[in-house]
Amino acid sequence: MKNRAIFGTRFAKGFGRAWLVGGFLFLYLPMVTLMIFSFNHSRLASHWGGFSLEWYAKLASDTEIINGLWLSLKIAVTSATGSVILGTMAAFTLVKYKRFRGRTFFTGMVNAPLVMPEVIQGLSLLLLFVAIQHATERFDGGFPERGFFTIWLGHLMIGMSYAAVVIQARLQDLNPQLEEAAMDLGARPWQVFRLVTFPMITQSLISAWLLTFSLSLDDVVASAFLSGPGATTMPLVIFSRARLGLDPSVNAVATVMIVIVAICVALASVWVARAERRRAAEISAAARDDS
Amino acid sequence: MSTSADNTKFLQIQDVVKDFGGYKAVNHVNLDIAKGEIFALLGSSGCGKTTLLRMLAGFETPTSGRIILNGQDLAGLPPYERPLNMMFQSYALFPHLTVWDNIAFGLRRDNWPRDKVAERVEAMLKLVQLSKYAKRKPHQLSGGQQQRVALARSLAKQPEMLLLDEPLGALDKKLREETQIELVNIIEQVGVTCVMVTHDQEEAMTMASRIAVMSEGRFLQVGSPAEIYETPATRFVADFIGNVNLMDGTVSVDEADHVVIDCADCKHYVGHGITGTVGMSVTVALRPEKITLQREKPADPYNCVAGKIEEMSYFGSSTVYRVKLASGQVLAVSTANTERHSESALTWGDIVWAHWSPQAHVVLTQ
Amino acid sequence: MDASNKKPGWRPSWWRGRTAVIGVPYFWLLLFFLAPFLIVANYSVSEMGAIRVENITSVVDGAVKLTVKYSNYVNLTADNLYWHAYLASLKYAFFTTVFCLLIGYPFAYFMARAKQALQPTLLMLVMLPFWTSFLLRVYAWKGLLDEGGWVADLITGSHFDRVLLWLGVIETQGQLMHTTFSLIVGMTYTYLPFMILPLYANLSKMDLRLLEAASDLGATPWVAFWRVTVPLSKAGIIAGSMLVFIPCVGEYVTPELLGGPTTLMIGRVIWDENFSNNDPPMASAVAVILVLLIVVPLAIFNKYQVEAQEARK
Repeated sequence: MKNRAIFGTRFAKGFGRAWLVGGFLFLYLPMVTLMIFSFNHSRLASHWGGFSLEWYAKLASDTEIINGLWLSLKIAVTSATGSVILGTMAAFTLVKYKRFRGRTFFTGMVNAPLVMPEVIQGLSLLLLFVAIQHATERFDGGFPERGFFTIWLGHLMIGMSYAAVVIQARLQDLNPQLEEAAMDLGARPWQVFRLVTFPMITQSLISAWLLTFSLSLDDVVASAFLSGPGATTMPLVIFSRARLGLDPSVNAVATVMIVIVAICVALASVWVARAERRRAAEISAAARDDS
Repeated sequence: MSTSADNTKFLQIQDVVKDFGGYKAVNHVNLDIAKGEIFALLGSSGCGKTTLLRMLAGFETPTSGRIILNGQDLAGLPPYERPLNMMFQSYALFPHLTVWDNIAFGLRRDNWPRDKVAERVEAMLKLVQLSKYAKRKPHQLSGGQQQRVALARSLAKQPEMLLLDEPLGALDKKLREETQIELVNIIEQVGVTCVMVTHDQEEAMTMASRIAVMSEGRFLQVGSPAEIYETPATRFVADFIGNVNLMDGTVSVDEADHVVIDCADCKHYVGHGITGTVGMSVTVALRPEKITLQREKPADPYNCVAGKIEEMSYFGSSTVYRVKLASGQVLAVSTANTERHSESALTWGDIVWAHWSPQAHVVLTQ
Repeated sequence: MDASNKKPGWRPSWWRGRTAVIGVPYFWLLLFFLAPFLIVANYSVSEMGAIRVENITSVVDGAVKLTVKYSNYVNLTADNLYWHAYLASLKYAFFTTVFCLLIGYPFAYFMARAKQALQPTLLMLVMLPFWTSFLLRVYAWKGLLDEGGWVADLITGSHFDRVLLWLGVIETQGQLMHTTFSLIVGMTYTYLPFMILPLYANLSKMDLRLLEAASDLGATPWVAFWRVTVPLSKAGIIAGSMLVFIPCVGEYVTPELLGGPTTLMIGRVIWDENFSNNDPPMASAVAVILVLLIVVPLAIFNKYQVEAQEARK
C-alpha cells in the first residue's frame, strides 16, 4: 500500500532504478576512465598503449608535485584546525546569541563565502594583503609576503564559513536543557562547554575539520591569487599541467587521491552505520525493560 | 549559609514580576513556602509557572521583586551558585556519561574528594534502586529508569530545595501512577523542600501538600489540595480543578447560619452563612459526585431539581450522567457503581430528580 | 508553549565569555571579509599608475582630496567584451543549474525513496565524488571529450554531434572540446553533487504518510508528486539551486580547462585583468559589478539559510 502511494506502478520503480544507475554511471565513468588511463603506456586518450606503471614511478621522483603536496598538506591541516576553531565560535554566536548589534550583518558575512565565486574572494583578499604590505613597507620590506601565510589566511577565511554551517546544525539540535542542567549542578560556563557541549559536538567538529581540510587541499583559484614565489600548492601544479593538455602524471596523482578518498569515505560510512545500528539496538533493548 | 530563618518562610517569593518586553509572564506574585513542604505550581500552558520556576533556578532574572531562600537573597546569583537543584522535564541526562558519572557530576564540580563522591553516588543509586545500572549510558535505560537517574542526580548534592519541572510528563499513564507515589516517598525520605510545576491536576493533588493555581502570571488560589477542590475561591479555580457544575443565581435569604440562593431551575439552601447581601449575584458551584439521582421527587423543596438524562458515560468504576434541566443548563452527575447490576438502573431519556446536601455547595462571588 | 521558552536577548551579568565568542569571529570577518570588499570598491575607482595603483585620497593644500576615477567603469560599459562575458556567465550558470536540477532532482528523489537499508550506501556513493577534488573531476572530462576520447567517439559515432552543431553548442563537427557543450557538461558534472545533497537531505526527511494521505484522498502518485512532494521540497530546491548558480557565475577553472575562445566567462576576465594585464583596478571594477549581479541570489540564499536555521528549532 505504501509503495503504491509512492511509486504507483512498476514502471515508476523501474524508471527510478534506471535513473539512479544512469546517474551513478554519469558520476563515476569519468573518474574511472581517468584512473584507467593512468596505467596507459601511451600519452594519448585515443590510444591504449599497454598497461604500464611508469607514470607512478615517475611520480615518486616528481619534485614539483611532491613539494606541492607537502605544502598543500601543511596548509590544509593548519587551516582546517583554524577554521574549526573560528567556525565553532561563529556557530555558537549564531545559535546562542539571538540579539546583538549587527546580527543579520554577521549572519550574512558568515554565509556568503559558501557561495561567493572564488575569483572575488581571491581578488579581494589579494588586494587586502597588498594594501597591508604597502602600509608596512617601512618595516622589513612589508608584511605579509605572499606565500604560505597568505594562502593559509585565504583558506581559513573560506573554511570558517563551511565549518560554521556544519557545527551550527549540530548545535541547534542540542537540547538546551543539557547545558542548563550542567549549570544547575554547579558548572561554570566554561566548564559547561568543556564537559557537556564539546563532547556532544565532537562528531560535527571532526566532520567540519575533514570538510575544510579537503576544501583547502583542493583549492585552486584563491590559492592562485594569494600565492607567491616558491609557494605552489599541489592543485596549482596540477592546474598548470592540465591547462597545457592531457598529462598522464596528472592521471596518476588523480588516481592516488581518488583511491585515498574512496577508502576514507567507505571506512567512515561503515563506521558510522555500525555505530548507529548498535545504538538503535541498545535503545530498543532498554525500552523493553520495564523500569 | 543557613540562618535562623523562620521555617514556615523557608522560601520567600516577594512581589516578583517578570516582564518580557511588555508581556508580563509573572505578575506580582507573593508566596511563602515552608521547609519540607512539597509545593505545586499548577496551571495550563502559558500561565507563567515555568517562568517562575526558572527564576527560582536562576535561568531567568526577575524584573522586580525578591526571592529569598533560607534567609539568603538569591538576586544576582547564577544557577551554579544557588543551593538548589532542578529535575528537568526531559531529564537532561548527559548522554555521553554513564549513570554513575551523571550523578557524580555535581559533586565533582564542588571538588569533592574521590572517596566522598563514590560514597554519595552509591547512596543515591541505592535510594533510587538503580545500583545495578551504574555503568550504563542514558540511552541504554528505559524512560522510568532515566527519570530515577535524573532524580538521584538532582538530590546528590543535598540541595536546600528541589525543583521539579513537569516530573511525570514524559511517562505513560500506568507508569505515572506508580511513579507519583515513589517520587513522593523518596522526597519525603530525603526530607527536602520541593517546588514542582505541572499542568496535570491529578499530579498536583496527589503529590503536593499545597498547591498554587496560576493563570496569566498570577496566583488565583493557594491552599491544600482539599481546600482548592472543596473550597475554590473563584469560578476559574472551581472549573479548572476537576469537574464542576456552575449555577448563577441571586441571594434571596441571607442569615448568619444559612442562605438561600434562587437559580433558574432550583433554590439552593446553603447550610452556612456567607459574606453578602440579599439581592447579590453569586455563582453556586456543585461537584458532580456530591449529587445523587433518583426517580422519585425528594421531600425537600430546596437543593433538588428535575431533569432528563441526555447522555451517559460509563467509566467502569463510575458513571457520569448529563442531565438536562428546564432552563437548558446541563448538570453533570457522577455516581459510583457500587453494585454490579442495579435493578433501577437509569438510562437515556429518563426523567430524574437530582438532589444534594446543604453542605455540598460552594458559593462563589468571583 | 510557556512564555518562559522565549529567551530574552540579554543574559545576566555572569555570562561574560559572550563578548569574546561573538567578538573574535565578528572582528575576523570584518577584517577578512568586509575590509577586502571595501578595498576592492576603492580600487575600482582608481587607476593604475606606473608601478602601482594611484591612491584616490591625497592631501592637497592641507586638505584631503578624493580623486575618484571612473575610467574602469567607463571601459566596462564601452567595451562589448565585458557585457558579453557577464551575460554569458549568467546564461551558462543558469543552464548548468537547470541541468543539475533536471538530473539531480529525480536522482535525489529515487535515492530518498529507495529501500531504507540501501540508502546509506547510496549516500556514500554520492559523497565520494563530492569529496574528490573538483579540479580532478573537471580534468577527467578532458580525457573523455578530447580527440579520440571515448565519449567524443561515441558522440561523433552516433552523429549526436550534428544535433549539438544544430543547437549551436559546438562550432565544428567532430570537435567537442573547448566548446560551450564541453563547458556546460563539465560544470553540470562538477556541481551535480551540490544539487543532489541538499535535495536528498530535504526529501529523505519528508513524512511519507503525507503521500499515503494524498493517496487516500484520491490523488494518483503523479498528482501527489507535483502537489505534495515538490512543494514540500521547495527549500531543498532553492538551496541546491543557489549552491550551484552563484559560484557558477564566477567559475574560472572549468571554463579554463574545458571552455574555449567562444565561452568567455567573467571569472576569466577578472583573472586576466589581474594576472595578464596587471590591472587590479579594472579587475576590481569587474568584480564589483559581478557582486552586484549576484546580490539578489545571495540574498535569497542567505534568507534560506536563516529560515532553515529557524525551522530546525
